[in-house]
Amino acid sequence: MSPDAIISLAALTRRFGAVTAVDALTLQVRAGELFGIVGPDGAGKTTTLRMLAGVLPPSAGDARIAGVAVGRDPEGVKPFIAYMAQRFGLYEDLTVRENIEFYADLYRVPRGERPARLERLYAFSNLGEFQHRLAGALSGGMKQKLALCCSLIHHPRILLLDEPTFGVDPISRRDLWLILHEMVAEGVTIVVSTSYLDEAERCDRVALLHQGRMLALEVPAVLQASMAGRLFAVTSEQPRRARDLLRAHAAVLRAVLFGDALHVVASPGTGAAELGTIAGVRSVRPIEASLEDVFIHLVDEASAREAAA
Amino acid sequence: MSAAVAVRDLTRRFGSFTAVDRVSFEVATGEIFGFLGPNGAGKTTTLKMLTGLLPPTAGTATVAGLDVARDAVALRARIGYMSQRFSLYGDLTVGENLELFAGLYGVQGERLAHRRGWALQMAGLQGQEDRMTADLPLGWKQRLALGCAVLHEPKLLFLDEPTSGVDPMARRAFWDLIYELAAEGTTVLVSTHYMEEAEYCHRLLLMHRGRIIAQGQPAALRALMTEPIYALRTDHAPRAVEALQHTEGVLETALFGRDLHVVLDPEHGDPERVTAALQAAGHPVRAIERVEPSLEDVFVALVRREGGVVSG
Amino acid sequence: MRAHALDLGRLLAVARKEALQLRRDPRSLALAFLLPLGLLLFFGYAINWDLKDLPIAVRDEDGTKASRELVDALEGSGFFRVVDRLESRAGIDDVLRHGRVRAVLLVPRGFSRDLAAGRRAPVQLLLDGSDANTAIIMMNYADAIVARWSQQVVLRGRELPGLATAVPRVWYNPTLASRNMIVPGLIAVIMSIIAAMLTALTIAREWERGTMEQLAATPVHRLEVVFGKLLPYVAIGCFDVFTTTVIGITLFAVPFRGSVLLLAAMTLLFLLGALGLGIFISAALKSQVLATQVALVATYLPALLLSGFIFDVGGMPAVLQAISRIVPARYYIAVTRGIFLKGVGIHVLWVQGLSMIIFAAVGIGAATAAFRKRIAA
Repeated sequence: MSPDAIISLAALTRRFGAVTAVDALTLQVRAGELFGIVGPDGAGKTTTLRMLAGVLPPSAGDARIAGVAVGRDPEGVKPFIAYMAQRFGLYEDLTVRENIEFYADLYRVPRGERPARLERLYAFSNLGEFQHRLAGALSGGMKQKLALCCSLIHHPRILLLDEPTFGVDPISRRDLWLILHEMVAEGVTIVVSTSYLDEAERCDRVALLHQGRMLALEVPAVLQASMAGRLFAVTSEQPRRARDLLRAHAAVLRAVLFGDALHVVASPGTGAAELGTIAGVRSVRPIEASLEDVFIHLVDEASAREAAA
Repeated sequence: MSAAVAVRDLTRRFGSFTAVDRVSFEVATGEIFGFLGPNGAGKTTTLKMLTGLLPPTAGTATVAGLDVARDAVALRARIGYMSQRFSLYGDLTVGENLELFAGLYGVQGERLAHRRGWALQMAGLQGQEDRMTADLPLGWKQRLALGCAVLHEPKLLFLDEPTSGVDPMARRAFWDLIYELAAEGTTVLVSTHYMEEAEYCHRLLLMHRGRIIAQGQPAALRALMTEPIYALRTDHAPRAVEALQHTEGVLETALFGRDLHVVLDPEHGDPERVTAALQAAGHPVRAIERVEPSLEDVFVALVRREGGVVSG
Repeated sequence: MRAHALDLGRLLAVARKEALQLRRDPRSLALAFLLPLGLLLFFGYAINWDLKDLPIAVRDEDGTKASRELVDALEGSGFFRVVDRLESRAGIDDVLRHGRVRAVLLVPRGFSRDLAAGRRAPVQLLLDGSDANTAIIMMNYADAIVARWSQQVVLRGRELPGLATAVPRVWYNPTLASRNMIVPGLIAVIMSIIAAMLTALTIAREWERGTMEQLAATPVHRLEVVFGKLLPYVAIGCFDVFTTTVIGITLFAVPFRGSVLLLAAMTLLFLLGALGLGIFISAALKSQVLATQVALVATYLPALLLSGFIFDVGGMPAVLQAISRIVPARYYIAVTRGIFLKGVGIHVLWVQGLSMIIFAAVGIGAATAAFRKRIAA
């Protein structure tokens, strides 16, 4: 284990009957890192986070968080971590303030420090004027901000967040991320799973999970650079027809609709001009791969490998 | 040709809470019409009124020539509907669910065999008729649910957040299916909170807190945003956001991937001033270019114009 | 594994949260406060606890002053009420079959002469035998009344089986219990309901809503959750016992002859056990629907049917008697009845006291063992 790794997974595994949800996952997270976990449904993101939070015991392997083996001693990690479940996990029939105070009690936050901490959290989240509103009456974005406040009241060293911005309106999503960046700046380690790949791009490193296994673990920029020169944005009057034609082309590995354009992955050495000759294509332009492009590519390759096996 | 769906001042209140506030629009036959907005915007409530599941408090809506308030029962036989929460029975097999819905919509005999085969193929579930529906991954479940919703070949299809929670790759596959149906002449009304899916629609409605804040084709909506947006690449983007908070002419700064997206006031905004401000704050700008607004940018700008903070 | 210390502050925080939620949930409040009151009033007023005004018919073939006095004695007792005087024997079968009367008194010719001669004077009571319990009771009543009137009269009962259609006889209180017996027992039944319905939901509901997953990730200790959740329900339980006792004493004139302290101590133990059991069911099953059903069958029904509340345990089939040995309410009812009606102390009730302690230990133990801060094993 590297010296500044604060979280270390060693062959962490979880089975549910015949299904292996997380398959011998091994990785390390550095202190103060913003670490992203992405992957399609069923990839094992939630299961991994639940094991790290100590609410689900591993079937095999273990993870060390700040020196504590969470599989053997789940209660040992809880005082200095915070976990935000994917489903809203707070009490809808309690007010904003009651929820936060409850969590302050659970983490034994000294009474003297509470007013200052509450002030700061209210400032971050704009929940101050709603502190006496029942949590159930809040909008989705505000609920998530409340959940985040409850997670932060005890100044955890590590945050484990399971899709914290899922379904949240764009503005609240931005607010939430500003809070997270503030936390990182203060030295908090954050492990966050997300299905929004633009959020993943912001992380220091990203792990791509697929069917319980890790397909990639890398700095986003490096991942994106790995497809340099092979990705093109192609526009056409009839995108779907163009897509089918492109897919039939020998040099094209993949053609996927991205909004109103097509992202085409070509075999190395293929030029834009060559793609431009396909019927219906209006323009071809080489582009930098987004994380989504990279992941689609990696997941496809993994699926093809499995099918062949 | 009369519109497939015509809505005028449609309103729905729950006690003192107005979920849908005087919404008016029309949908042409064969169109893919999207309802875009965050959770709580009123999309689901609107769809429920259009499918006859919820009576409107005020206003009118005509779907397939029928009035939604008066002819709700007759309406249901003519349309297909996929609800927001997963609507199939987890403890039935794939085949059993198909049979159930066929029975409910009166699809029998040869037509049933044909449609059943079609649905299985569309969902990629041939040979898996005996699999328990609950065991399917979410993306497959959604495709199966779509198949069940169109067994009776309705001319109008209503989909309430069909891709919610589904990973990006499966989402694309699902939209391909919607396209195929539309190509065959089905009118599709679909709601989503994924802004990028808006691009797949012919026309859109942007909703926020029960009201329509914009309507039109995606390109037209993007043109609504007159404020220029610049994408900047700099180190420590989050800190850079702070540095720009008080710079004159800057309306909004947001993180977009690793870049900074800065929205400038059309009259007073100046990209050079932005670069200078960042430089002074110790964040040299490595690249800057003007970009097309995404629908998320449009959404935020429109809400800002209304004077609203989205929260609340 | 390190031992992690219990913290009273956390426990109280859980209790406070639970209390706030209860206060804001109208259904739980109704269950906790209105239901006990409703049951008390229902059992207290609506049910006919003592047999009286049982309708009978009379076929008086003697027609003398003596026979008339006999009939008056029966009616005067209040237990019987003559609704029909038959002209002939033919009417007997008819009137019993239709259920208009529960029994027919047949006074034969020569009754008065036998009495005057100092001989035994036989009289017949023809009973509706379809309800053996009530038949026996009527026989006993009639026997006692007749014997008091005159030692010479011999009452013979004859059951005519299979007559009349079913009538809800359970409400006639076959054990002849009075309100005095019911009110103390009612407390046990009500406590079982609180446990069954309220606590059976609490943990299952948190798992189903997703709040338990969130809570499990905090340092709160299992015991703090269990005891923290118990606290508000214990308070409700104590309040309910108090109100039931006060209403019983003031409204229904049930005597209270024993020690308040002893009752309080036993009640607390019983509450801890019953509530612990409810939490155990909730924690083990994690499903609200399932938990409610199991709780009903496991606590409420046995308390209602097998504890001696209405039906005398001694009169039950052996199997049920054996089962009733592990129904905690049975022991608690003995305690309450003892304290209310007989004023006995711990030297008599120590067996029940021990059972209460065991019950409390089992209930709480099961609850803490079943509740885990884990989504799956």
